[in-house]
Amino acid sequence: MGTQVVSGWGRVSPAVCRLVRLTSEAQAMELLRAPDRRGLVARGLGRSYGDAAQRAGGTVLETLGLDWVGRIDPESATVEVGAGVSLGRLLRLLLPAGLFVPVSPGTRFVTVGGAIAADIHGKNHHRDGSFATHVDSLTLATPQGLHRLAPSGEGSRLFWATAGGMGLTGVILAARLRLTRVETARMAVDTRRTDDLDGLLAAMEEADARHRYSVAWLDATARGAALGRGVLSAGDHARLDQLPPSQQRGGRALRFRPRPGLLVAPRLPASPFSPGVVRALNRAWWAASPRRESGRISALEPFFWPLDGVRGWNRLYGPGGLVQYQLVVPFGQERALRSVLEAVARGPAPCCLAVLKRFGPASPGPLSFPSPGWTLAMDFPAAAPGLAGLLDRLDDEVAEAGGRVYLAKDCRLRPELLAAMYPRIEEWRLARQEADPGGVLRSDLSERLVLAGAGQDQGQEAG
Amino acid sequence: MIDGLGRPRSALVVGGTSEIALATVSALCGQARCRVVLAGRNLSSLEQAARRLPGARATPAVFDPDEDGSVGRLVGECFGQLGGLDMVLVALGSLGDQGRDEHDPVAVAGSIRANFSLPAQASVAAADHLRAQGHGVLVVLSSVAARPVRRTNFVYGSAKAGLDGFCLGLADSLDGSGARLLLVRPGFVRTRMTAGRRPAPLACGPEEVAEAVRQGLIQRRRVVWVPPAMRWVSAGLSLLPRPALGRLPV
Repeated sequence: MGTQVVSGWGRVSPAVCRLVRLTSEAQAMELLRAPDRRGLVARGLGRSYGDAAQRAGGTVLETLGLDWVGRIDPESATVEVGAGVSLGRLLRLLLPAGLFVPVSPGTRFVTVGGAIAADIHGKNHHRDGSFATHVDSLTLATPQGLHRLAPSGEGSRLFWATAGGMGLTGVILAARLRLTRVETARMAVDTRRTDDLDGLLAAMEEADARHRYSVAWLDATARGAALGRGVLSAGDHARLDQLPPSQQRGGRALRFRPRPGLLVAPRLPASPFSPGVVRALNRAWWAASPRRESGRISALEPFFWPLDGVRGWNRLYGPGGLVQYQLVVPFGQERALRSVLEAVARGPAPCCLAVLKRFGPASPGPLSFPSPGWTLAMDFPAAAPGLAGLLDRLDDEVAEAGGRVYLAKDCRLRPELLAAMYPRIEEWRLARQEADPGGVLRSDLSERLVLAGAGQDQGQEAG
Repeated sequence: MIDGLGRPRSALVVGGTSEIALATVSALCGQARCRVVLAGRNLSSLEQAARRLPGARATPAVFDPDEDGSVGRLVGECFGQLGGLDMVLVALGSLGDQGRDEHDPVAVAGSIRANFSLPAQASVAAADHLRAQGHGVLVVLSSVAARPVRRTNFVYGSAKAGLDGFCLGLADSLDGSGARLLLVRPGFVRTRMTAGRRPAPLACGPEEVAEAVRQGLIQRRRVVWVPPAMRWVSAGLSLLPRPALGRLPV
């Protein structure tokens, strides 16, 4: 146990916290029963971008020690795991058995606990939904005790408050996951480059009907007729017969030995991403992409986790860090999407990387982010002048369109917009209140956004 | 909590009528609904300043600048009443009149009080509370006049130099606590305080100081110069032999 500086992946608001490495259920219960008055929250691999997994002046429970993996059951395609297991490590164990995680985000360095707490999504959301919809049951430690929760029946209310609940209903200790069966550890990928936003949206709709996974990169610096031009990549797990014969034999088809990133991002004194540089990089990337390509067999890493190849890529944004802004607007609100892209292209803050994806049906979690519509994630250098005002305007636009922003990415939302973006928040607050009536579970995110409600906001800073 | 873009949810300004402070608070708290306390000596001008702050919920608070301990007590009360503070901005100071003050012992004492003693008292009080809560930032306005102290404004400059050194040490003392201190060294800023004086080279407006503070908060700097080029001017002047510096008309 010791005091340590922790921050989210965006490195924007580091906090000094008491860091406790969690190794057992009993230890978790002990800490929850004699809690830190300033609050306590669990933390996995710290891949949420903002301040969700930190508590300034309080306690952070690091779950990476809970990394056990139970028996992988190929019959039912399920596995029980500790909350601190990363998806990357799990995949190394699952793939030889022809199994795959049900949902994978843009990095494999997330823990199962974090995946549930943020109810993460992947490129297959339009077909398979969010991570929590593949959880059969989970173990949650709250100040009230140890719970085994299932998505339906008794305890389902707390289960769904925990899915997307940002760690504020308790400490997730373990979960049983339903897995996806695969024949190979390769992807069959179609790529298509489009010249404008309408083309991209149409191509995505078409691709989603045919492919399990899809995502589009787009050039958020392009304006006018080129607004929203991008590159769509859609894929499926490659079947055995799609691989060249030499790779079909001797377990090679399911071989997954990711090399640790050879590239290591340097620590930079300042963000190199000036608007001019960002525009040039985006243009070059677009121009270098193939206009159309289909059925290319690709390894898993470049398709699912391209940025995992550069260790510490978040450091490239300099000492100010980066802000990722992720929104979803419902289908039918394409005008709002266009207007967001227009505002971003006008500047003044340069959007270095933008990714667009279609969401399918929402999970039952009241605080779960994905809901049917278009989701757009954009990376900005935090120190860019004018960024605060730009993102505030985007918030208004998104809320107006009936959309929301993703709390796992957030570091700067105005709390007054929370209820408009998450209309079921009161339902979540009730479930949270029952699980943690004393307000033990708190993070910088929950304090900043007053997530637990105004009632628990009073006097919390005293001491 | 201070958000990822440097915006606090609550702030105390000691020296609440300072134009630089108000510009900074407007820039950081303008859109996010932020609770602001403006502390100073004169209630009616503080009320006036509070009304002009857009978006923020600002209230005035008064301390007695002639009584040691008064400003420290007020800082403590604000932390208590607001249940903690994300940011404390210390913007006390008075430029004085070098030509007259350098012959007047009472004026010298007054300058040291306004530019060093009072802001230092406010700073230690704030630092203790920030350290205890484990987060938050103390922003203190120093001046380029402190680095180095020059013939032409040594009464003001030396008092600021005292504060500057004091705050560098105070910043070190906050290391590892989760709280931190941002020392701001502006050059000539066009405000009421400098009205009527000939703007020095690299003069800037209060908004530029506000932007520099925002950048300093986001990049977690310990010191910011406004404009940034002042850093090199100061470094250059510091290299001069003292007799040469004393003859320079700057």
